[in-house]
Amino acid sequence: MTEPIMELKDLKRYFLVHKSGGKQVFVKAVDGVNLTINQGEVMGLVGESGSGKSTLAYAVMGMYKPTGGRIIFKNQDISVSSAKRSLSLKKDLQIVFQDPGSSLNPSQNIKQILELPLKVHGLAKKGDLDKKIIDLLQTVELSPNYMYKSPATMGGGERQMVSIARALATDPSFVILDEPTSALDVSIQAKIINMLLKLQQAKRLTYLFITHDLSLMRNIATRVAIMYLGKVCEMADTVQFFKNPMHPYTRMLLSSIPVVSEEEEALKPQKVVSTGEIPSPVDVPPGCSFHLRCPEKTGLCTKADPVMIEAASGHFVRCHAYAKM
Amino acid sequence: MDINTQTAFDVNIPSASTRYKEALRKNWYKFSRNKLSVVGLVIVLAVIVVAVFAPYVAPYPKHAGSFVDYQHANLAPSLTYLLGTDNIGRDILSRIFFAFRGALYMAVLVLVISLPVGVILGLLAGYFKGTWIDTIIMRTTDIFLAVPPLILALAISAVLKPNLTNAMIAVTVMWWPWYTRLVYGMATSLRNEYFVTAAELIGASKFHILFREILPNCLSPIFTKMALDVGWVILLGAALSFVGLGEQPPTPALGQMVSDGSRYMPDLWWMTIFPSLAIIIIILGFNLLGDGIRDMLAKGEHDRG
Repeated sequence: MTEPIMELKDLKRYFLVHKSGGKQVFVKAVDGVNLTINQGEVMGLVGESGSGKSTLAYAVMGMYKPTGGRIIFKNQDISVSSAKRSLSLKKDLQIVFQDPGSSLNPSQNIKQILELPLKVHGLAKKGDLDKKIIDLLQTVELSPNYMYKSPATMGGGERQMVSIARALATDPSFVILDEPTSALDVSIQAKIINMLLKLQQAKRLTYLFITHDLSLMRNIATRVAIMYLGKVCEMADTVQFFKNPMHPYTRMLLSSIPVVSEEEEALKPQKVVSTGEIPSPVDVPPGCSFHLRCPEKTGLCTKADPVMIEAASGHFVRCHAYAKM
Repeated sequence: MDINTQTAFDVNIPSASTRYKEALRKNWYKFSRNKLSVVGLVIVLAVIVVAVFAPYVAPYPKHAGSFVDYQHANLAPSLTYLLGTDNIGRDILSRIFFAFRGALYMAVLVLVISLPVGVILGLLAGYFKGTWIDTIIMRTTDIFLAVPPLILALAISAVLKPNLTNAMIAVTVMWWPWYTRLVYGMATSLRNEYFVTAAELIGASKFHILFREILPNCLSPIFTKMALDVGWVILLGAALSFVGLGEQPPTPALGQMVSDGSRYMPDLWWMTIFPSLAIIIIILGFNLLGDGIRDMLAKGEHDRG
């Protein structure tokens, strides 16, 4: 059960912004991430906009070649761009994008969209194609009537279901969900999340679920990792994570979740005022990248970047406050 | 709930012919909402019919060749000669009908060659933006675009023997870069759309991505430009034949008729005015048709439903 399926080892992805005075300036979108995702789990990756979570996902998918570090998938080094990856690897690794509007070709109908993965990977014979597509539509709880509809005539939720069906068409073992619900209405969000979880159970999938919605993670993730400025700053089992958040940034995030009742308010950690915004990843502050916003910063934080330590069993945190203990 | 207990759906998948009819009905609605598009379509169809059946619909089919009848030369429009006769007694209307043939023939051939060439080069350069493929294609395109079209066409026609084929070669050589530019711009933005990325991540071939994912989304501007271009190619053809670099006499060409008649202006005005009007009507027809096609292919709210 705890067999690792995906391992990121010191993964780095920099983007060249410009050259100033002969010096190259980079955006360090992902800067040394170590992450292990086990077979069959839902790994939640949370972070603010600009924290590098999507870049990390795109690097795993091969849309970007990593600047440094390695991506190991099923004991195989896949740190190359998607053009250099084998067809069987592409079959095994799929992604659902955030924007259901641009992830489906507006000039194709649903049948054309869903038959591509089946044809490319030879998963259906000519006569079976229609039946396979109807099966796919039904796994995402859409009626076969959608076959000849165009994406333009469908709502955001339905389009996202088609995106999910397309990702699952190749029968992958690892699926990245890049904020699959953040562009949707709340009512549809719940439906899609439930469906994703059911599919995960039924098909024994492994998810890397990217979101900025921490409360969602509590319900669906088995483990949660928090990203800040291209680095993972805390990672733990979901229960542990919410019971005992360690990193000041995590506590800031948790206390800023809006709640509807007093009881829920009591569940949250002590109020930590959220201050400031995520700094530019071009000009990362020295020392701990969070020290500008940290309510508990010490002199050490402005000088040295903390390293990841296992503060409790399976609970990793990157903060000087826990290194002393 | 178990994933395998599927909800009973009310299955109602329309048959292929129903879908085809439905699409046709929707497209005609979008096209015909603007009455001028329908006028354009009627003009274009009329011109095509007249050109194809010129030997049957022209009052004096023989007048399209080397026919001379000095007794009936320089006649003003009348019931016998609806648009009058020219200086050697040939019926202007018949000659216009036959001139449509050359004009349409040229427009169709120029576009049939320059459009696929331009579109494919534009797709390649756009999809492989930033690579040597892009550089070679687009710099070549720039060179062609930098030369004024009429001058280049004149030069090519003048170097080669002046006739319709060489006029067509001249126009084709300067026409494809416009399609390359048009498609290049669209392909460079479409290649970053998530649906293209999704196809790449599924493992689709480059051929599939270029022609099935990107190209269909470029068709609306391509077809609109094509319809408009028929008019412009005909105008350019007329300009070339006006200066004697197109179809050679006695075969009629619109530009050549305007040019011949201009010597007798303003007294024998029909020799010039009617061929000129013919050019105007053809171009107008294709322009209105082009607008209609653009309306028809425009993706928008009306696609919902």
